[in-house]
Amino acid sequence: MENLTFILKKKTVTIFLVMIAVGVLSLAYGFLGGVEVKRVAANLLLNNYYFLSLGLIGLFFVTVHTIAESGWQTSVQRVGEAMSAYIPVGGGLLLLFFVLGGLHSIYPWTHSDHLDAILLKKVAYLNVPFFYVRLLVFIGVWSLLAHYVRKASVNLDLHGDMKYFNKMRTLSAIFIVTYAVTSVVSSWDWLMSLDPHWFSTLYGWYIFSSMLASGFAMLILVIYVLKRMGYLSHVNDEHMHDLGKYLFGFSIFWAYLWFSQYMLIWYANIPEETIYYLERHKYFTNIFYVNLILNFVIPFFLLMTRKSKRVFTVLVPVSVIVIIGHWVDLYMAIMPGAVGGEASGIGIVEIGLTIGYLGIFGLVTFWSLTKAPLAPKNHPYYKESMDYHTHY
Amino acid sequence: MNKYITAYYDDEEDLLRGLKQIKAKGIEVADVLTPFPVHGLDKALGMSRSKLTRVAFAGGAVGAIIGFGFQAWVFTQAYPLNFGGKPFFAVPSFIPVTFEMAVLFAAFSMVFAFLISNKIGPGAKTVIHDERITDDRFLLVVNVQDEENAHTIEAVLNDAGAHGITLIKKN
Repeated sequence: MENLTFILKKKTVTIFLVMIAVGVLSLAYGFLGGVEVKRVAANLLLNNYYFLSLGLIGLFFVTVHTIAESGWQTSVQRVGEAMSAYIPVGGGLLLLFFVLGGLHSIYPWTHSDHLDAILLKKVAYLNVPFFYVRLLVFIGVWSLLAHYVRKASVNLDLHGDMKYFNKMRTLSAIFIVTYAVTSVVSSWDWLMSLDPHWFSTLYGWYIFSSMLASGFAMLILVIYVLKRMGYLSHVNDEHMHDLGKYLFGFSIFWAYLWFSQYMLIWYANIPEETIYYLERHKYFTNIFYVNLILNFVIPFFLLMTRKSKRVFTVLVPVSVIVIIGHWVDLYMAIMPGAVGGEASGIGIVEIGLTIGYLGIFGLVTFWSLTKAPLAPKNHPYYKESMDYHTHY
Repeated sequence: MNKYITAYYDDEEDLLRGLKQIKAKGIEVADVLTPFPVHGLDKALGMSRSKLTRVAFAGGAVGAIIGFGFQAWVFTQAYPLNFGGKPFFAVPSFIPVTFEMAVLFAAFSMVFAFLISNKIGPGAKTVIHDERITDDRFLLVVNVQDEENAHTIEAVLNDAGAHGITLIKKN
């Protein structure tokens, strides 16, 4: 009747391995084919950050609903947990990237021998040792919490003991509080410091909103793929409707924060602030507008009606568009600062590396799905999730 | 002349069960008045989904167009002022007002559409069949076409467990 255990087929593994091979090949092309090193490094950063944040949103999804004690998400909880399995992998890859020269090649503030007056004032925060301390703390805390939340969740299903549910709740609360701070500070460290003269107090939440929208889009896509494979038959339209609402709502939230940041800088018109948008608008004019269309206009109008959130024929294309859109958004955040307008573009390196990272992400997520039953039947809210109805 | 039969239930479970029986006998229930929302009642009555969301969209779209259009007209035609060297037709500064106008119009259009379609609101005539429908009673209304039918309807309602069956005639 119901397929509760996910079996990773050889064919699926092969597809992911081919994707990883494409990534490796395009990385080799990047280094050997005369592409600027900066551009390759910036792309590695982009994909490391993007897929790590998708994993983090998987964990965020599980934890935020656990402390809110909501019930409906129980049916899709395993997918969020599986996405969070990427956190240690992605964190390790990010660390590897920084250690192997990524840090020095694209972050101007690491060139400690010729810093200007503004950067000298920021040395207390923006210096290499402290950067690594923060990096290790973020990745360490995230990976540990992801591991223990997952462990508690699997134990809860195995033994059905409320002890594990309470444990999950405590861990979730710890994660939410730490993540509120670390998500913002990590975006300053890894993204905003690419333009070290420029700063925006809204930046952290703007990036976070982008992660949320793309994370929910990825969650929907993974569920869709699993359903196509014949699993997750207990996930019904009501659950997809709620995930669709998240996608719709956070796409609007992203646009709201994007615009809030943009309008204040545009209106105040202070040169050291406007340079950020000037560079982006001047060298990336098309991408600048495409970003807004993909991430706001399309999800806003296509997901507006009730029905569109309940049918995969609309939900899946919009999810794909939003995933591409937030990749573009991150591209806009990274490239102008790290590479500059003339040297960057979208070519083999950009597309190939993204496919490669998607392969790693998919492999880790699907591998994690095999480790526990897809429906957490002993979760205290499982029945509530099954009886759930969305009225509006 | 408008004729209808009212009958009441004391419990929402009985109401839902009774509705099923009444429908099975081929009698159309015009409306049910309840003190609180009853889950599954819309379905049992065979009501379609509310069209209020479409009104909201239309209202929001009109509000956005009016908001944007009015600002564009004021700042380029009627009273152009120079704010900090910005162009007169400065789209980013129009967005917040456009957004607020869309929300305002959507909200108002929904409120008025709701009041009008339900015939409630200030100045509307209300008929209270039973004081207790605001407390713990569920009242159902069946329209009667001709008086011959009334007796069969009353019998069906009685079988379905409804109380206080009354035929009301109004001019």
